[in-house]
Formats: sequence, C-alpha cells, structure tokens
Amino acid sequence: MAKLDAPQIITSRVGFDDGFTLDRYVATGGYESLRKALSMTPAAVAEEVDAASLLGRGGAGFPAGRKWSMLRKDPVTYLVVNGDESEPATFKDHLLLERDPHQLIEGIVISAWALQVSQAFVFIRGEFALAIERVEAAVNEAYAHGALGRDIFGSGFSLDLVVHPGAGAYICGEETSLLEALEGKRGFPRIKPPFFPAAVGLYGQPTVVNNVETLSNVPWIVANGGRAFAALGQGRSTGTRLFALSGRVNRPGVYEIEMVHNTFRDLIYDPALGGGTVDGVAVKAFIPGGVSAPWFGPELLDLPLGQDEVAEKGSMLGSGSIVVFGEQDCAVRAAWRITRFFQRESCGQCTPCREGSGWLERILRRLEFGGGRHEDVDLLLDVCDNIAPGLTWPPQQTTICVLGPSIPSSIHSAISMFKDEFYAHVEHGGCPRG
Amino acid sequence: MSHLRPEYRQRAEELVALYPHPRSATLPLCHLAQEQDGFLTEPAMDEIAELTGTTPAEVRGTATFYDMFHLEPVGTFVVGVCTNIACMLAGGLELLEHAQRSLGVPVGGTTSDGLFTLEELECLGDCSVAPCVQVNHRFVHTTSAPALDALVAELRETGPNGDIPAHGTLSRVRRAVGLAAPREAVAEERTRVRIATPSEGTAG
Repeated sequence: MAKLDAPQIITSRVGFDDGFTLDRYVATGGYESLRKALSMTPAAVAEEVDAASLLGRGGAGFPAGRKWSMLRKDPVTYLVVNGDESEPATFKDHLLLERDPHQLIEGIVISAWALQVSQAFVFIRGEFALAIERVEAAVNEAYAHGALGRDIFGSGFSLDLVVHPGAGAYICGEETSLLEALEGKRGFPRIKPPFFPAAVGLYGQPTVVNNVETLSNVPWIVANGGRAFAALGQGRSTGTRLFALSGRVNRPGVYEIEMVHNTFRDLIYDPALGGGTVDGVAVKAFIPGGVSAPWFGPELLDLPLGQDEVAEKGSMLGSGSIVVFGEQDCAVRAAWRITRFFQRESCGQCTPCREGSGWLERILRRLEFGGGRHEDVDLLLDVCDNIAPGLTWPPQQTTICVLGPSIPSSIHSAISMFKDEFYAHVEHGGCPRG
Repeated sequence: MSHLRPEYRQRAEELVALYPHPRSATLPLCHLAQEQDGFLTEPAMDEIAELTGTTPAEVRGTATFYDMFHLEPVGTFVVGVCTNIACMLAGGLELLEHAQRSLGVPVGGTTSDGLFTLEELECLGDCSVAPCVQVNHRFVHTTSAPALDALVAELRETGPNGDIPAHGTLSRVRRAVGLAAPREAVAEERTRVRIATPSEGTAG
C-alpha cells in the first residue's frame, strides 16, 4: 500500500489554474518564508537546509547543504539554477517552472541570502517556452513585490535574478556545460579538476549550481524547519520527491510522494498514482531513474524509492523518472532509441563517447531493422566496455563528463536481461514484433 | 547599419546589460534575432558579435552547437514530433511517419508553400501527454494522427496566433525591471573581477 499521508511540499499549488501568479502565491502563504529567512542569519538558514539533509534532485543526489558549504570565499560569487531538464522521460521541473514559478524564486532568494550571493541566474531549457514566459513574468512580479532586486523587504539584502534560455542541448544539464552556455559558448563540459563550480564556476568565480526541484523545497524547509523535512523519508533519502512516471501505465504523470516509504510497485499500481499498467500487461522491465540508469526487472518492483536502496541494486534514482515497459515492448528497440539519443546529444569532445555512441547506434539499428549478426551482441558489449571499462555501476569514466559512461546502461541492461531477444532479431532479420 | 530593427536592437541592448559579461547574452540574442527573421541570418550573427564583444566566427561556433537555432530558412511553423523512449512506447515513431506522409516532406524538409517544417525532436519533457508534439516550441497536446492533421489544417487557415506565435519567438514576456545595482556599479564590478582561468582554481 502506498503511503500518501506526507504533506505536499512542492506541489501544493499545481491544482490551481492560477498557481503561477503572485496573487495566488501570496494568498497561499507565499514569500512568508523569505521574510522569516531574512530575520535569521545566513548561517542559520544554511543550517536548516543542512539539517533537512536535502539531496540534490537533478540526478547526482549530492547533498545541497554540503554543496553550499563548499562555496569558496570570494567577493563575487554566483547562484545558478539548473532548469535544463532534458533527461528523457523526466518532466518534473517542467511542472514546477510552469505551475509554481514563485515558489522557485522564493527558494532562490532564500538560498542567495544563505550564500550571501547577489547575482543569480535561472537556466531554463529553450524548448520550455511557456515555462520561460511564466518565470519571466513571475520575476517581474517579484521585483514589483519587493521580493527581488534592491533592498528585499527592507532587509538591506539585494539580489538580481536573470532568466537565461537554453537553446536545445541535453549536455547543458551537466553543470559545467551549463556554465559554458551561460558564458555564451558551446555547451562543452569542462575538464575536471576543478571538480566543483563551488571552487571555479561562472566566469571562473565560485558558483553554486542547484536543480529547480531542489531549491523549490527551500521555502517549506525554512517555514517548517529542516528537522521536519528530515523526519519524512528514511536514511539519506529525506522528504518527499517528485517522480515522473511514463510508459505503459494508466496514469502517467508527476507524483510527489514520500521517499523510501513507497516502492516502485506503489508508484506504478496505486489507484491514486500510476493506476496500474495499460490493459493490465505484465511489467517486462522498468527504468528507475532516467535513461542513464540501468534497468530493473519486475522482481525489483517492491524496492523502496530511496537513493541508497536503488544504488545498492546497481542502478540509480537519478532524475526521478520511471519508464515502464510492458511485456509487448521490444528491448532491442528501446535500447536502440535510447542510444540514438545519446549519439545525437554527445558534444563530441571525447572519442569514446563521440565515436562509440555512433557505432553502438548503427549496430542496434541493424539488429532492429535488419542486417544484424550473431557476433553483434558481443560487439555491443565490447564497445560499451571501451566507453565504461568493466561495465560496472557506477561506471568507470573515460570521458570528461558522465554522458559517455551513461550510454552502456540501457544496452548492457537489455543484453543482460533479454539476450534471447537479440538473437531472435538476428534470426528473424529484424524485429520479430514488426 | 544595424540588421536588427530598432525595437529588436533596443531589446538586444537591454539583454546585454543584464549580464556581468556581454558574451553571456549570446544565446538570448540568437533567440531574439531568430524571432525577428524566423531563422538566424549571417548579418544577425555579425551584429551579435558586435554586441557581445566577440567575433562572428565565435557566434557561429556557438549557434551551430544548439538544435534550436536554424541557420537556413524554415517554415512559418516548425512541427516537432518526439520519438524518444516514453513517446516511442506511445507511438511516436508512427506519428512521425504519418506527419511525413501528410505534410509530404521528409524529416527536416519544408512544405513547398513555406508553411511547415517537420522535425524529429528528442525528449521535450512532457511525457504524460505522449507522443509529444510541439509547434514553434509550444506544446500542442495532439497525440493522434487525426488530431495532428486537424491542427495543421487549422494553422494553414489562421497563421501564427496567440497560442502559437511565429517561429523563433521564445518569450513574449519582456523583463520589465532593471538591475538592483545601477549599471555603472555593475560595470565597475566587471572591471574589478579578474576572469580566472580554470587551471588557477583550487580543486574542491
């Protein structure tokens, strides 16, 4: 049974048609947390976020409080919000940006106060035109309301927030690539070290980069205390989280539920959540956290939705997007389509990713559409092994960023779980399902 | 002479002023130029270089990296169909095939009347309404072949409208507020901040 008694921390306004307006936001308690935060010391605000044990909601799950504490002391520092949501089948930040932009802005201003940053940027992927318009309008409203700009609510603290549109590049979700795009360049991930923008970030200055969902939690944490947040969930996975559910389910959508106390089965089958599979088909496999994550079989449906719980089984909760495959779905076709995505989105800097993704895509294509060979299965694994040696999880890295090592996940999963299907494709001269 | 018309030139200068470093305005300015012309032209990129203190080659190098910038003319409406994993499971590849037949153009092609360009897009982040279709980067929620045909027929009649503006239009909401610090102070900070190279940083 799903446990659905946790508060709606970040989706309390998505039910309103006008949840994106200042009027609705203020009428539902909006910007009160900011007033409270400004009456606290910046360090006290940061302590609440640290006590909440808020893990980053973008994909890597790095604790936000710790990230903040790493910000190098410097007269000029920046806060950058990552709203470049592009991991396939992830559509939770999209919801927050369109439906509750003021909640994000309040989270940004509170975070900027805690970090003592006076300039922030919110980077929104260009394909989210409506979200960009909504956030831009909310920024205008927030300045007029005194919640942004000079001398916020008479506190003496000032913050500028600039809405920066992306232009269509998955790789810009990688934080150093995002910073390059924000500097007006191609979105090439930066060579590490330095590993953290908190040391060397935008224009070479110390920069905190946080995800949209992560910062949207901050107003609630300030209002209710970090401990109240940490009381939800279990272990390192505290609070609620947005899960984006898609694929062969009756009710695909974004659901905010408490972490760990709910399982993949709850999410997929509960009538208030996924509502079961379409036509009641058996779950063949599911992706637990975005297409960069290795797949799980139905035997893991009762696994709790928690960061460490999923990691222990060899995958990741990643971006919180779950894709359900039904028994009728072809594993080869799914692996091919995911691989073609990575091939298109590889930035081209590193050979294993640039060349490997193309080779893998062509091999999978001929398996799916005709011309596949028996030795292709081993060849796929061999190429994958050259991108992420050993095919371990988490993957070994041969490239500047983690896009390359994410490519083998779906292929290795499909071959491990459904090897017979690959050979059936060879014998049939293409997909037996047509 | 400015390629950007006076209204767009003014908006361009406002955008540049928002950033600590002018070059940061490159992507917003490319979107702006694409809004004026429908695609990103050579003279526009020259002017963006001038506005951002870079070279035309640098602007072109940046612009060609990003899928949303078109360096060749496109139709009034760019119709994009997502075929990524969630949409593929919901029939995205089939919907794209149908769109090619009904528009009579291959992926990347433009109809002879110059109205429609068809694109295959990667995940657009609207996976509960799959397969996902955008027209000029507005979600249109037409998940079936008949619904897509009806939308195309409607757009042929109406042209760009309140729901779907002309191609290249990103945000119709303009920033109405200035920076907290006066521009001179921002400029002063700019000169004060030395741009460190990554190698000078300390590894975290």
